[in-house]
Amino acid sequence: MSNAPLELTPPNLQPQPGAPDNWRRFFSFSTDHKVIGIQYIVLAFIFFLFGGLLAMVMRGELITPDSDLVDRTVYNGLFTMHGTIMLFMWTFPMLNGLANYLVPLMIGARDMAFPRLNAAAFWLVPVFGVILIASFFVPGGPSQSGWWAYPPVSLQNPTGNLINGQSLWLLAVALSGISSIMGAVNIVTTIFRMRAPGMGWFKMPAFCWTVLSAQIIQLFGLPALTAGAVMLLLDLTVGTSFFEPSRGGDPVLYQHFFWFYSHPAVYVIILPIFGVFSEVFPVYARKPLFGYKVVAVSSLIITGLSGIVWVHHMFASGTPGWMRMLFMFSTMAISVPTGIKVFAWVATIWGGKLRLTTGMLFGLGGLSMFLFAGITGIMLASAPFDIHVNNTYFVVGHFHYVINGAVVMGFYAAIYHWFPKMTGRLYYEGLGKLHFALTFIGLNLNFLPMHPLGLQGMPRRVASYDPEFAFWNVLASLGAFLLGVSTLPFILNMISSWVRGEEAKDNPWRAIGLEWLVASPPPHENFEQIPVILSAPYGYGSDEPLTANDPTKELASELSES
Amino acid sequence: MSSANLDPTLETQTVSSTAHAEEDHRMFGFIVFLLSESIIFISFFVGYTVYKTSVTDWLPAGVEGLEVHDPLINTIVLVSSSFVIYFAERFLHRDNLWGFRALWLLTMAMGSYFLYGQAVEWMSLSFGFKSGVFGGTFYLLTGFHGLHVLTGVLLQGIMLSRSFIPNNYSGGEFGVAATSLFWHFVDVIWIVLFLLIYVWQ
Repeated sequence: MSNAPLELTPPNLQPQPGAPDNWRRFFSFSTDHKVIGIQYIVLAFIFFLFGGLLAMVMRGELITPDSDLVDRTVYNGLFTMHGTIMLFMWTFPMLNGLANYLVPLMIGARDMAFPRLNAAAFWLVPVFGVILIASFFVPGGPSQSGWWAYPPVSLQNPTGNLINGQSLWLLAVALSGISSIMGAVNIVTTIFRMRAPGMGWFKMPAFCWTVLSAQIIQLFGLPALTAGAVMLLLDLTVGTSFFEPSRGGDPVLYQHFFWFYSHPAVYVIILPIFGVFSEVFPVYARKPLFGYKVVAVSSLIITGLSGIVWVHHMFASGTPGWMRMLFMFSTMAISVPTGIKVFAWVATIWGGKLRLTTGMLFGLGGLSMFLFAGITGIMLASAPFDIHVNNTYFVVGHFHYVINGAVVMGFYAAIYHWFPKMTGRLYYEGLGKLHFALTFIGLNLNFLPMHPLGLQGMPRRVASYDPEFAFWNVLASLGAFLLGVSTLPFILNMISSWVRGEEAKDNPWRAIGLEWLVASPPPHENFEQIPVILSAPYGYGSDEPLTANDPTKELASELSES
Repeated sequence: MSSANLDPTLETQTVSSTAHAEEDHRMFGFIVFLLSESIIFISFFVGYTVYKTSVTDWLPAGVEGLEVHDPLINTIVLVSSSFVIYFAERFLHRDNLWGFRALWLLTMAMGSYFLYGQAVEWMSLSFGFKSGVFGGTFYLLTGFHGLHVLTGVLLQGIMLSRSFIPNNYSGGEFGVAATSLFWHFVDVIWIVLFLLIYVWQ
């Protein structure tokens, strides 16, 4: 009987980490949520490197006031593709990868609700990635209208070809939307229907709450962008006049369609990172998540409010005064649930026994960057201030602090935290800390100078500028190159640790949570027996057991004694 | 020995429970998808309303308005087909396969008649999709809805042919229930669309 558990594990389903047949799975149409999760993350990271390369060319152009490195039209294509790649091919797939990997493990499910749909949604990502990058090679080059694709700029078609940069852009974004909706249906169904017995809503990890909130935004927001994109595509190809002002169309309506989705999309991106913070801080501070229920519910409040703030992107689009007031108010209101979360994380860390592993460092770094981005965010929410800095580098600085500062740092925190679970290996702390230092310095050097630049009035999306802006631009460019260099120790660390790293135990961080009860990497179908859940996974320092058969109870009580 | 006995039983239990679980979730997932899909239509409706209330030269030159008589007949046919498909599903639940097939075929016929009527109307119109925002939104809304009707009829065709596989539909089946729900969805969308485009002129 003693070897019964071993025999229950089906043979051949779990090859040794690093073994050759382990690699092959990641290039197959696998329906295992863990394989798909890693496929998403690795592919998205490759696109991240490519998008970052485009940004470094742009910063190379901006290191001198004149337009000298690349042609102006190339520069337009660069910022359009940089934004599009970073949003549609890096953040969304990367976060879908984290959700794919972690949600079934965290809620005690064997897989996602629809494994084949899951795989199909993933394999759309390389398809639309290739389509988007192919637009570099069509006559006229890629779309130059920015990632917003505002008409009438996006309706200009100088080459007159049906296949042009803009139509390929629209096709790629449409496929990305289909993939995201498939993912969202899958994740929402999984969270609603497949939680382990005993896992009520308020026993679910905060990460799952944030993923659920984010995917609900995809479900109600993306169709609005789809509607706008279909109309834009018809204008561009068959000659309707929905957004063509010279023929009675209304270009501002496109802006409404676009931002009705694309502002909430920011919450799609940041909410799962809030979830990562909520999971990482309790582990390394050895304290329960402060105000767990409030943190959980505030995610849904953010989802609700995110649907009624979009016009703050359009304060300068001839918006009537009552609309400005209304959306200024709603935008400021959304900082309340967000502030609650920040408060809860600080209270979680406060007085804890901090262990500054690389994962924790990135978590703390991401939190402080988010706080800064939140402060400039409230400034921008105010209509008079927003009109003053509209379309300047202040806005660019603000959202890069959100997306690079908080989201990318949060992504690194998640990767370092769950790397031992995903691979069964430990990463090298020294390289990790070097990576953190380079990233933290690089991104602040890159994005902090954009704020004074914006306040002085330097517009965004220009390839040349007045020499008075040179000082801050040189700093920003140096920061961008440093940020590029910072990915090297990360890549080195990930590859070498995965191949040769020290073997990780099931629970190297002594964390509480269902994903830490299974082997590293988790076996096929995750759990031998689906556990029965007794409490939320934040019982640090208390006697509260996590599951009915309860291996963490000893862990919890051991901690309370120590 | 006991572990050897335990092994296959547990495995079959696991397999059957996952297979069964997937059955259960499909309808939930499909409803989530339909809710999301409805937002595309709502966006088009909102866009239509904004254009209708703000564009100065709404009707293109020479266009008086839309004829309501024939579209109303079309509407009645489509809305009635929702009741027919409901009774078809009830026949299936009572294991009356021929009753199901007959009413299911009637639903398909009514859906096809709707598409035919739509095509006839499109042919008779004096404006095209390039005739200003009015023409664009008219063809966009009716065309996008028509695509959904066509999808529904095709799905019904698949379900009908699958009913000839022996024992396939004993005791109801997800595909039939989902197709039927999709059909009701397409119907409700049409009622809103009819009110917006034809009644509110």
